[in-house]
Amino acid sequence: MSTTRMPRHLISIDDLDRSGIEQVLDRAESFAEVSGREIKKVPALRGRTIVNLFYEASTRTSSSFELAAKRLSADVVNIRSAGSSVDKGESLKDTVQTLSAYDPAAIVIRSPHAGAAQLVAGWTDAAVVNAGDGKHEHPTQALLDVFTLRRRFGSLDRLNIWIVGDVSHSRVARSDILAFTRMGADVTVCGPPTLLPRQIEALGCSATPTLERIEEADVIYVLRMQHERMHQSFIPSLREYAGRYQINEKRLRPHQLVMHPGPVNRGVELSAATIDSDQALIGEQVKAGVAVRMAVLYELLVGSPILAAVA
Amino acid sequence: MSPRRLFHAVRPGDDLLIRGAHVLDPRTDLDEPHDILIRNGRIAELSPPSQPGGLPASDQVDIIDAAGKHVFPGFVDPHVHLRTPGQEYKEDLDTGTASAAAGGYCALVAMPNTSPTVDTAAVLGSLVERAQREARVPVGFLASITRGLAGEELTEMAELRDLGAIGFTDDGKPVVSAGMLRKALQYQRLCGGIIALHEEDPALSADGVMHEGAVSARLGLAGIPSVSESTMIARDSALALYEDARVHFQHLSAIESVQALKAAKESGARVSGEASPHHLTLTDDVVRTLDSRFKMNPPLRAESDRRALVEGLRSGIIECVATDHAPHAVHEKEVPFEQAPMGTTGLETAFAALYTELVLPGELELGIVIERMTAGAGLYDLPTPRIAIGEQANLCLVDLDTTWEVGGDGYVSRSSNSCFHGRTLHGRVMLTLAAGAVVYRRPMLVREEHARSGAGAGRSEAE
Repeated sequence: MSTTRMPRHLISIDDLDRSGIEQVLDRAESFAEVSGREIKKVPALRGRTIVNLFYEASTRTSSSFELAAKRLSADVVNIRSAGSSVDKGESLKDTVQTLSAYDPAAIVIRSPHAGAAQLVAGWTDAAVVNAGDGKHEHPTQALLDVFTLRRRFGSLDRLNIWIVGDVSHSRVARSDILAFTRMGADVTVCGPPTLLPRQIEALGCSATPTLERIEEADVIYVLRMQHERMHQSFIPSLREYAGRYQINEKRLRPHQLVMHPGPVNRGVELSAATIDSDQALIGEQVKAGVAVRMAVLYELLVGSPILAAVA
Repeated sequence: MSPRRLFHAVRPGDDLLIRGAHVLDPRTDLDEPHDILIRNGRIAELSPPSQPGGLPASDQVDIIDAAGKHVFPGFVDPHVHLRTPGQEYKEDLDTGTASAAAGGYCALVAMPNTSPTVDTAAVLGSLVERAQREARVPVGFLASITRGLAGEELTEMAELRDLGAIGFTDDGKPVVSAGMLRKALQYQRLCGGIIALHEEDPALSADGVMHEGAVSARLGLAGIPSVSESTMIARDSALALYEDARVHFQHLSAIESVQALKAAKESGARVSGEASPHHLTLTDDVVRTLDSRFKMNPPLRAESDRRALVEGLRSGIIECVATDHAPHAVHEKEVPFEQAPMGTTGLETAFAALYTELVLPGELELGIVIERMTAGAGLYDLPTPRIAIGEQANLCLVDLDTTWEVGGDGYVSRSSNSCFHGRTLHGRVMLTLAAGAVVYRRPMLVREEHARSGAGAGRSEAE
């Protein structure tokens, strides 16, 4: 296992070069093995505290971070905005400084605002993991997506990946474009022109408003279509959206695999049959979430070349 | 008799001999070393330092040995937010004008988007009264075009003009309704006063927080497209032409806006424009840091926009520099980018930023920068500072060779949200006179003089 020096925080995929990503994924492979055991726990972070600070609703990200920390034997504090002092108007800075008094080893933060994780990193001695900041980035999602693809294909080099849907409002799309291209894949984003950011090509992908060339794709990464976008007139109707952009059995070729960050709107961006087909990697993505987040926490907080308890 | 338009706490004129400074005033064609003798706040004598001592020293005046330094006419800022009344925790008339003095300014035009809005005679009257007690540098006030900046009803523009309003603006917001703006332009025929416009089509800028382009695509931040500004400039130029009104476009940020302003002028519309030091020197690339100091409206745009603004300023399509000094408290800016209020301070850094980023690299001549930093006065029908015998002393002494770290020893402004914070800039204001009185003197001046010139330079200024 190579040993790239890990950054102090994981705020953006830009914090990791290719070998850094590989190091996290290699570590995740060893933790995936732990997740297969009957007692799914290693003592790596025993006695250390991890705070999960979630300012936005989340099911899979928050539960997988919680599980990851617990499987590393850390003490876990979960804070959600509803019902906490955040709800009473406490500023992010005050909340973070209060939590820092518990001397946490890491703060995992999800925020509706771009840059929140970076701000938090400036206010605490803890390592900060960005669990999604606004429409900016969601680096652990990208890592688990790369992990899932690497398991399936061995390598992402020259893999042709299409990201389809509401790219404008997707932090997953941004982190995935960066991570996939860094790992050697060719990325095309596709969606309604009203939901493709101007100059998105600057991230290193190509962009197209139609699915005409979708058969080129080895992997189709489908984004969640949020209902409220319709009310904001980004699209005329979900019906028209589904007609133009839905990935379904008619459009999907046998060689193609389908991914989705969840939660899925059945019948909108994906047909029910596609979700349930064996071309869908959605379940594998969820499963990868815990191992990859264990690896991220481990690499940031311990980071020694080999984890004795796993070996 | 027209009412007064500038207000400050009047102080007796000072006596001062500034010896040997390079005097640069593009309007009086001065561009060489001179001695300047100021008596009772007026420029009494102005002569080349013919003999080694120049003008004879007398025991009655302070002497500043300014050899190697520059004297410019005092700068005039047609666009500042002094936050009085209502938001004195950000800035007030005292701290805001002190900040201006430290930046070499001798006159300011304050925006009416205070709390309450400057939209009635009562609010303007009390502001004028306070300025006469607290303002260190003469300040003029714009009143709002519409009540409460709501864009629905005209203010009592004629009464506000009689009380001293220089003109009108809803700055911070556009006048969305063309019909509403047209009425204001028509009413200008009765009351006079320039109408200054913050141009932004809210249907296009929507919930944008930065320039729409490659950087906003990367950061996932909602963009403010350049056309949200330029389309409104085009619309309102057409209205100004139709009504033959005098209109000034505030804080231009985009190449399309410069083109729209140029086209409007060619059509015969009586329009003018301003650009800020931050738009002239920075681009949206700095927003990659997600540092809220770089959040302002209009936003920092692309390099091609920045260049178009510099070229517009050079050619005169854009007549003047305006800081849009917009102080905010630390706790307001110490939040994620999207939540932070728009605005940067600018008075203390304006000259040094332009000198460092535009004059030193050769993008603009020093003389043009000085002309554009004083031209706001003429646009607003205020007296333009000039360095000539008999003129009231409105000038600043600047050491172009001094480098300094912005914020390194704090700010004079109550707020610290400078987009230049931490940068090393060249050129520091050492002394400012406004309306004949010394309003700023860099504390280190005396000792720095001694350190550089040694004992041979004779007596330096007395305190």
